[in-house]
Amino acid sequence: MNKARLMQGNEAVAEGAIYAGVRFFAGYPITPSTEIAETMAKLLPQVGGKFVQMEDEIASMGAILGASLAGQKVLDATSGPGFSLKQELIGYAACAEIPAVLVDVQRVGPSTGQPTSPSQGDVMQARWGTHGDHPVIALAPWTVREAFDATVMAVNYAERFRTPVILLMDEIVGHLRERVVLPEPGELPVYARRQPKCTRSEGYQPYTPEEDLVPNVADFGEGYRIHVTGLIHDETGFPSGSPSVTEKSIRRLHEKISRAEDEIIHYDEFFLEDADYAVVTFGGVSRTAYEAVQNARRQGIKVGMVRLMTIWPFADKMIARLAKQVQGILVPELNYGQLVGEIERAAAGQCPVKLLAKYNTEIFTPTEIETAIKNLCAGGRI
Amino acid sequence: MISDITIKMARCKGCGICVAFCPKQVLALDELSKVQVVNGEACIACGQCELRCPDYAIFVDKKVSQ
Amino acid sequence: MERSFEKYFRQNRLPHLWCPGCGNGIAMKAIVMAIEKKGLSQDNTVIVSGIGCSSRASGYMDFDTLHTAHGRAIPFATGIKLARPELNVIVITGDGDCTAIGGNLFIHAARRNVDLTVVLFNNSIYGMTGGQASPMTPYGKKATTAPYGAIDRPFDVCQLAIASGATYVARSTAFHVQHLTEMIAGGFDNQGFSFIEAVVQCPTAYGRKNKLPEPADMMKWMRDQAIMKPAWDKLPAEKREEKFPIGLFYSAQYEDYTTAYDEVIQRAGGDQK
Repeated sequence: MNKARLMQGNEAVAEGAIYAGVRFFAGYPITPSTEIAETMAKLLPQVGGKFVQMEDEIASMGAILGASLAGQKVLDATSGPGFSLKQELIGYAACAEIPAVLVDVQRVGPSTGQPTSPSQGDVMQARWGTHGDHPVIALAPWTVREAFDATVMAVNYAERFRTPVILLMDEIVGHLRERVVLPEPGELPVYARRQPKCTRSEGYQPYTPEEDLVPNVADFGEGYRIHVTGLIHDETGFPSGSPSVTEKSIRRLHEKISRAEDEIIHYDEFFLEDADYAVVTFGGVSRTAYEAVQNARRQGIKVGMVRLMTIWPFADKMIARLAKQVQGILVPELNYGQLVGEIERAAAGQCPVKLLAKYNTEIFTPTEIETAIKNLCAGGRI
Repeated sequence: MISDITIKMARCKGCGICVAFCPKQVLALDELSKVQVVNGEACIACGQCELRCPDYAIFVDKKVSQ
Repeated sequence: MERSFEKYFRQNRLPHLWCPGCGNGIAMKAIVMAIEKKGLSQDNTVIVSGIGCSSRASGYMDFDTLHTAHGRAIPFATGIKLARPELNVIVITGDGDCTAIGGNLFIHAARRNVDLTVVLFNNSIYGMTGGQASPMTPYGKKATTAPYGAIDRPFDVCQLAIASGATYVARSTAFHVQHLTEMIAGGFDNQGFSFIEAVVQCPTAYGRKNKLPEPADMMKWMRDQAIMKPAWDKLPAEKREEKFPIGLFYSAQYEDYTTAYDEVIQRAGGDQK
């Protein structure tokens, strides 16, 4: 059995990536994500993989997409400003259906902002950062061990759905050190790259979807001689200007993810059985919220908590259920208010949804959230 | 005529490069701006037209002697 | 009459979309003729392109082909080469794609000496968007965004490649088809970053604005102004005006990036896995 190790969240991401079969990383240094690149630079050559420090974030994103097309599982890590630079190629990966995982360790923005301070300000950038209509999967871990597991899951989803997956870390989890026992090989499932089911001479088309709406695009160098483009293309992979092809293609990109939502959307529920109120959180803030909810419970307040691991696609159904059950939802976020809008939308007026926003570089204290819970119960201001 | 000149009409865009570089005025553009052979007897099979055709529309082969 | 180079094209994609007289078709043929000359296999060669007129070439070529985003072909190609070093990776790019939006990516791949062959179709203009000035539009020439003549000094992209660390640098033109083919073939022989500038004519967006609307006249200009490197070296400065050199400018032996990284893997013990 693996021994317990004291490990940082960012290191756990790198370890998780290796476990999931990632053998190529390209990146550019940026606080507070840099330890992921540093750990990958050390670990990858030990397993025969490759690490390249590229000249900027755009180049790193291009390099991982190239390596992915050539058959490797790939990872790249960055923070807010770098995430912005990568957006164009995230869209490319969505359109050309290239598996890739991008870690965003969030820091305070906009712009250079507060580079070493925690934030959750990229929730919407993760969803809508690139132009056009496209699907995305984003996962937000709250512990060091989950940073490992979520990375494995992110790589699996990228491969299975042939889509970019965002690991939406925050500085709290990225720089947190915890005692962890990593899983043994075989303990977590690892999804292998999808392969074509017929040969070129049997009429193979790279973008013909399987039943799950995901195509088995051949890797380069396997004799299929495919064409890959960021232009809207038909099943042959070649560009098409046709309105019907465009519509069909954009719809399929969305539906391959939306159909599998129940499988992709993960969350934890705490103390909800008898709850009259609920706190909905994600990432590092969930740790503080959990403490605050326990404190409130000890004082007899019937408050529960939902911790979202999957941010995108959004857990609409669960929030709708929750809003029906409780008399109010509190959303503490380390930003000016982002995910709260989604929660309000999904709650659809069934109960009040209150934001507790913080964006001054400091993390929440349990007392702050506890006070907000009490204010929520009293029907007053948060 | 010492050469066979083959033209793939579907590829010709009538740019006139072959006409301009033909040293013997063998080629011309027709009224639809497609290349045509107007003086095949003068062709010396130098291949200048084929070499620079951007559309791979014209091919010149020396006739094999009978 | 069937030419052996035709097998390197996706016949159902031809004729190509380029304008009548565009030099890109000539440069694309030079690439496949160089591929044939060097015997590169169609299943083991990847063509990567950016965005712009030049970059539509990848769609016509019967290999694994990748039409990337504007300026980004070279990092995609770097990823492919590092992931599968046994593949021949060829990049087709344009003057705007490579030296404006992709400029930083270009010089860094040259610096690393990644084993790629980059062929830049230099038409001196942004053709696809209708004729805007590029970083390689000659000084004083007109473009839709330089209606009074360009005042930006153009790059000598071959000098830029040499200064950045490329280990094979050459230039030729669409007029000098066989020479261009040779220059590209020489790039395939070099194990490292090879760069070939192919000067091509854009009669539609560049020529018409600069009193050279006929494609053949633009090619005659290439014939008359291009001077082979050995002759250029002997040419006195006052006779160089308006002329430009073509040929092999630089070649050097230096360890390529994949080979260097194999040593990293050895040092880390990863070759035992």
